[in-house]
Amino acid sequence: MTSTFLPDKRTGPGVDLPPPSAAAARGRARRRVFHWLTAVGFQLPALVLFIVLVLLPILFALYAAFFRWGGFGMPSDYIGTENFTRAFDDPVFLGDLWRCLVLVVLSLALQLPFALAMAVLLNQRFRGRAVYRMLFFAPYVLSEAITGVLFSMIFAPGDGLADQILGSVGLDGIGGEWFADPSMVMATLFLVMTWKYFGFHMMLYLAGLQSIPKELTEAALIDGANAWQRFRSVTLPLLAPTLRISVFLSVIGAIQLFDLVWVVTQGGPDHHSETMAVTMFQFGFKRYQVGYASAISVVMFGISLVFALAYQRFVLRRDLEGATTTMRGGGK
Amino acid sequence: MGDPALSRRGFLAASTAAGLGMTALSGCGGDSDGGSSGTTTIEWWNISTTQPTKDVWAALAKQFEAQNPKVKVKIVQLENDAYKSKMTALTASGKLPDIFHTWGGGVLRQQVDAGLVEDLTDRTKEWADGLLPVAKEPYLIDDKVYGIPFDIGMVGFWYNKAHFKKAGISAPPTTWSGFLDAVRALKSENITPIALAGKEKWPGMYYWAYLAMRTAGADALEKANDAKDFTGDEFVQAGKHLEELVDLQPFQKGFLGAAYSTPTGQAATVGNGKAAMELMGQWAPVVQSDAGKGLGDDLGFFPFPAVEGGKGAITEVFGGGGGHALRRDAPQAAVDFLKFFASAATDRELVKKTGVLPVVPAAEDALTDANLQAVQKQLNGATGFQLYLDQAYAPAVGQEVNDSVAALVAGSKSPQQVAESITKTAKEEQ
Repeated sequence: MTSTFLPDKRTGPGVDLPPPSAAAARGRARRRVFHWLTAVGFQLPALVLFIVLVLLPILFALYAAFFRWGGFGMPSDYIGTENFTRAFDDPVFLGDLWRCLVLVVLSLALQLPFALAMAVLLNQRFRGRAVYRMLFFAPYVLSEAITGVLFSMIFAPGDGLADQILGSVGLDGIGGEWFADPSMVMATLFLVMTWKYFGFHMMLYLAGLQSIPKELTEAALIDGANAWQRFRSVTLPLLAPTLRISVFLSVIGAIQLFDLVWVVTQGGPDHHSETMAVTMFQFGFKRYQVGYASAISVVMFGISLVFALAYQRFVLRRDLEGATTTMRGGGK
Repeated sequence: MGDPALSRRGFLAASTAAGLGMTALSGCGGDSDGGSSGTTTIEWWNISTTQPTKDVWAALAKQFEAQNPKVKVKIVQLENDAYKSKMTALTASGKLPDIFHTWGGGVLRQQVDAGLVEDLTDRTKEWADGLLPVAKEPYLIDDKVYGIPFDIGMVGFWYNKAHFKKAGISAPPTTWSGFLDAVRALKSENITPIALAGKEKWPGMYYWAYLAMRTAGADALEKANDAKDFTGDEFVQAGKHLEELVDLQPFQKGFLGAAYSTPTGQAATVGNGKAAMELMGQWAPVVQSDAGKGLGDDLGFFPFPAVEGGKGAITEVFGGGGGHALRRDAPQAAVDFLKFFASAATDRELVKKTGVLPVVPAAEDALTDANLQAVQKQLNGATGFQLYLDQAYAPAVGQEVNDSVAALVAGSKSPQQVAESITKTAKEEQ
C-alpha cells in the first residue's frame, strides 16, 4: 500500500514538545538527519530498481504513445493523440473494453459467490475437509499456460474430453464448438477462469472465516438466529474486508488478462475473446507498431490506476485506516 | 492493495520497453574480422536449431574448414523468432554477421536499403547462374543478387487420394469451379473436404493470396504493396471466390479454434484421415505424420487451381525457402563458403539428410519422395513467383492480411472490407 509509509504528519509525541535547551535540540536534529539517512540508505537499492525497471518504463511508454514508432531507435514521428483516438475508434479495442466489463461482472456475480459458498461449506467440520480444500486450490497452482493447453485439449470440438463425456451421456447437442464458436468462446473462457481462480478466492475466504470468533455465531445461535441470519448478519459483515480485497484482485485480474487467452485462442475466433493485453501484444510484438501498443498499455494503466485509487478511496478506506496509523510508532 | 496493480501494470510496460531495449543492447558485439595468424574467422548465423539439420550443418562447416585450412567457421544458432528479433536489432545498429540466414523479400530489401548487405551479383556469377531460377527469386532486389538459396518450396494442396477416390474425383481439379465441385462431391460423401487452422490465421491467408495471384496475376500482390492499394477489382474478386468456398462450409468442425501442428490441429486432421485436404507448404507431409498418423501412399499433391477468366496461371507459385546473405564487405572466405554450400555435393547431402528441396539442378537425383518430386516439378516449371506475404510485406501489413482474411472466413468481413482494411494498414506504414 503506497500510503502506508507516507510520513504525512509530523505531530507525534516528542516532536512538538518545547526544547529544553539548544544543545539538546541540536542533538535531536542531528539524530533525525542520521535516521533519515539510514532510511534513505536502506531504501536506495530498492528505489533505484523501482525507478529504473518500473517508473521509467511507464513514463517512456507514456511518451512513446504519442509517436508513430516501430520500436527501434528513438521515437521521432510525433502524431499527438492520434494513437489514442485510433484506439477508441477501433471496434476491436472497444470490444476489448466491453469484454473486460463482461468478465468483471461475471466474476463478481458468479465466481466470487461460488467461491464464498464453497468456503462456507469447507469451513464446516467433516471428514476429509483438508483433501477437498487442497483439491479446489490445486488449479490455482498451475501456470496459466499449462491451464490453457490443458483446456484447449479438453474443449477440442468432437474429439475433446468435454464432448466425449457429453456424448456418452447422450448430451451431444449442448457441447458445440466451445473455444471455436464466436458466441460461446467467452462463456467457455469464463468457465476455465472460474475453475482456475475460485480456489484462490475460496482460500482467502476460508482464512477470513477462521478469524471470525466462534463466540459471535454461538451468541447469535442462542439468540435464535437461523443459519441464513447468522451468515447474513454475523459472518458476512465480519468477512467484508476479505471480500473487498478479493473483489479488487478479481477486477485487476480481469483487466490484465493475457496468458490464458493467448494460449487458448490468441484472441480468436475473429477477436471474440481478445482482451486489451492481447491487442497490445498483437500490435507491439507482431505488427511492430509499438507507439500504438504503448497507447493501449497507457489506457490499460489508466483504467487500473483509476480503479485502484477509487477503490482505495471509497471502498478500502476503512480497512486501510488501521494500517496507516501503525507505522507511526515504528521510528521510536 | 494498490501496489500489485501498479507493479504489474508497470511490469507489462517494463517488458514492452525494456525487452526491446535488451534486444537492442544484446545486438552489439560479435566482431570477427581477420585473425592474428593469418586465419580468417567467419561467423555464420542460422536458424537450424533442430535435428538432424543442426548436426549436418555443423559437419558441413567442419568439412569446409578441412578444405580451407586458413578459415574458421563460427556457427551461431538462434531459434526462428529469436533470430528475427535479433536481426531487427542488428539492422538498427548497422552491423550484420558475415553470413546470415535470410528469407529474402521485404526484410532483406530493408537491410539492403540500409547499405548493410553485400551485392553478390558479380562475386557469385560463375557458379550461381546454374541454380534453380525460382529459388533465387526472393533474393533478387532491383535485378541484383543479395542472397544464395539452400532451400525452396511452395504451397499447394496436399490431399488424401483414398477420400478423393471415394468421392468419385478421378483427377485433382485444375480450375476453381472444378475445385468447388470436388468440395461438394466430398461433402456429399460425408467427408470433411478441408482442414484449416483458423486460430493461427496464416493458413487461411494462403487461400486469399493464391486467389489474388490467380485473379490479378503473379506480380499483382507485389505491385499492390508498392502502390499501397489493394482495393483493385481483382482483389475484391479474390475475396469473393474465397467466400464461395466458405459458403460451402468445407472446413472441419471447430476449425476457427484449431491450431496447425497440435494433435487436434489442421495437419493432424488430414494426417489422421479426418479431412480430405489442406493447403500447405512442402513441409506438410512431415508435420502430418508428426502430429497425426500420416497418410503414407495415400498422400498426393496438386497445385492451386487456376481461376477462370483470371490473369494468373496455374504454373505461378506462392512460396519461399531459405538462403544466406553476406554483410557488406564480408571477406572472400564467406563467398567461398556460399559456393561450397551451393555445390551439388553439399546440396545432395542437404536433400538426403535434412529434407529440403534441391536448389542445384544436379542434386535433383537425391530427391526420392514422389510427392516432393511433384513439388519440385512444379517449381522447375514455375512461370511466376510470390514470396510468403509475411516476408514480402511489412509486419503490420502481413498481419492485417492474416487478420482480415480470417475475418472473411469467419463471416464478419466482406471481400470489399478486406481489401479496404489491408489498404488502410499499408498506407499507415511508411
